[in-house]
Amino acid sequence: MQGALIQAASAEAAPNLLLPAVYDLVWSALCFAVVLAVFFWKILPNFQQMLDRRSAAIEGNIAKADEAQRQAEAALEEYTAQLAEARAEAGSIRETARADGQRILADLKEQAGVEAARVTAQAKTQIEAERQAAVVSLRQEVGSLALDLASGVIGESLTDDAKASSIVDRFLADLEKSETDKAGLTK
Amino acid sequence: MADEVRSSSHHLNSRERHALRPKQETALLANAVNMLVGVTSSGDGEFHPPTIMEFFPPAILFEGTPFELNRIMLVRLIAVAAMLVLFWLGTRKMTIIPGRGQSIVEMLLDFIRINVAEELLGKKDGKRFVPILATIFFMILAMNITGVIPFLNIAGTSVIGVPVVLAIVSYVVFIYAGVKKNGGNFFKLALFPSGVPKAFYILITPIEFLSTFILRPVTLTLRLLMNMVAGHILLVLCFSATWFFFVNADGLMALFGVPTLAFGLIFTLFEILVAVLQAYIFTLLTAVYIQLAISEEH
Repeated sequence: MQGALIQAASAEAAPNLLLPAVYDLVWSALCFAVVLAVFFWKILPNFQQMLDRRSAAIEGNIAKADEAQRQAEAALEEYTAQLAEARAEAGSIRETARADGQRILADLKEQAGVEAARVTAQAKTQIEAERQAAVVSLRQEVGSLALDLASGVIGESLTDDAKASSIVDRFLADLEKSETDKAGLTK
Repeated sequence: MADEVRSSSHHLNSRERHALRPKQETALLANAVNMLVGVTSSGDGEFHPPTIMEFFPPAILFEGTPFELNRIMLVRLIAVAAMLVLFWLGTRKMTIIPGRGQSIVEMLLDFIRINVAEELLGKKDGKRFVPILATIFFMILAMNITGVIPFLNIAGTSVIGVPVVLAIVSYVVFIYAGVKKNGGNFFKLALFPSGVPKAFYILITPIEFLSTFILRPVTLTLRLLMNMVAGHILLVLCFSATWFFFVNADGLMALFGVPTLAFGLIFTLFEILVAVLQAYIFTLLTAVYIQLAISEEH
């Protein structure tokens, strides 16, 4: 039935493919207007709005990331500075300690030297004093011994102190002289 | 008209009588299917190649008025409505991080926005022409693709109305863009290209006029229209031949239906490619025309 109708119509007049019918143009223009309107007022604005939001979000995130990065860098710098400072401080402390140590050591050495010198001097003085005392007592004892001996020999008491001491002195001088002579000979 | 119909119904009766010979049941079935689907090769045992009347189906509503609605006009409305609904749903609740559906919609829109508009016209000018380019592209694409959608089976662009309306739109847009950019100078630049000896204008100016202001819209129209017409004819030919061989041919002749069916399937795939390609070419050329119009020199 349909085929027959079409045949009938084509028998009537074959329409030209290139000549648009009025209704064809009307529907085409209507379709175009509707599509353009929907795209222009609905679809593309929605799309653009989303793109704007997206780029804003991306920019926001980038800014945030930049901020975080900057903060991290600042913190790192600060820590590095603090570390360097601490190192320098430690170094200076060490240096001071070393200097102090050396100074203390030097002081102690000096003190020790002084002390030693003092002790030595004291010892010398004491020895000298003792020697003097020994010399004095020796002299007295040797004198009295000699006098005793001489008294015994000559049979009389050499009581005259003045005479006795002069004899002893002479004796001792002779003794010393002979000593030095002996030393001179041995030399 | 009434006579015509009556005579043709006589014709039909006699034909049907012929058909009621040996394979009457299959023939009847074929007829019934034809009535349902609207394939024009009738199942009367003869093969009818598709005719130009494919593109002028009978009116459904408002016959004779400027709003006459036939099958193809209806297909156009369905295509446009479906496309707009898809895009409306796709862009209704767009999120910054796209889901799967939104990614596809974004890809489609970005194809026009970036790959066509911004690439050819630059960021600033491109933005102005995105709505018109997107409209042209998606309208043509939706109407082209109906050619391979079952039950629609005809491209909305295979009747000259849409190609010609869009070609006029393209024409108006590129002239508008040129005049807005260069004022009256636009026509001077278009018709008297610089850097040519004055004497050559006798030759060049008519050629430029013809190619720019006459041939551009004509070629836009015809390229789209003829691609779609040819594609539809090819598909109808393949499938109606397949139907003819399987249903009406005797014995081994039926085997001819296999290659025709295969060709039909291959051409269906090919038509999908053509549908996308033609929409792209139309949009791209429109963008190129705008670009030429708003560039300083020709």
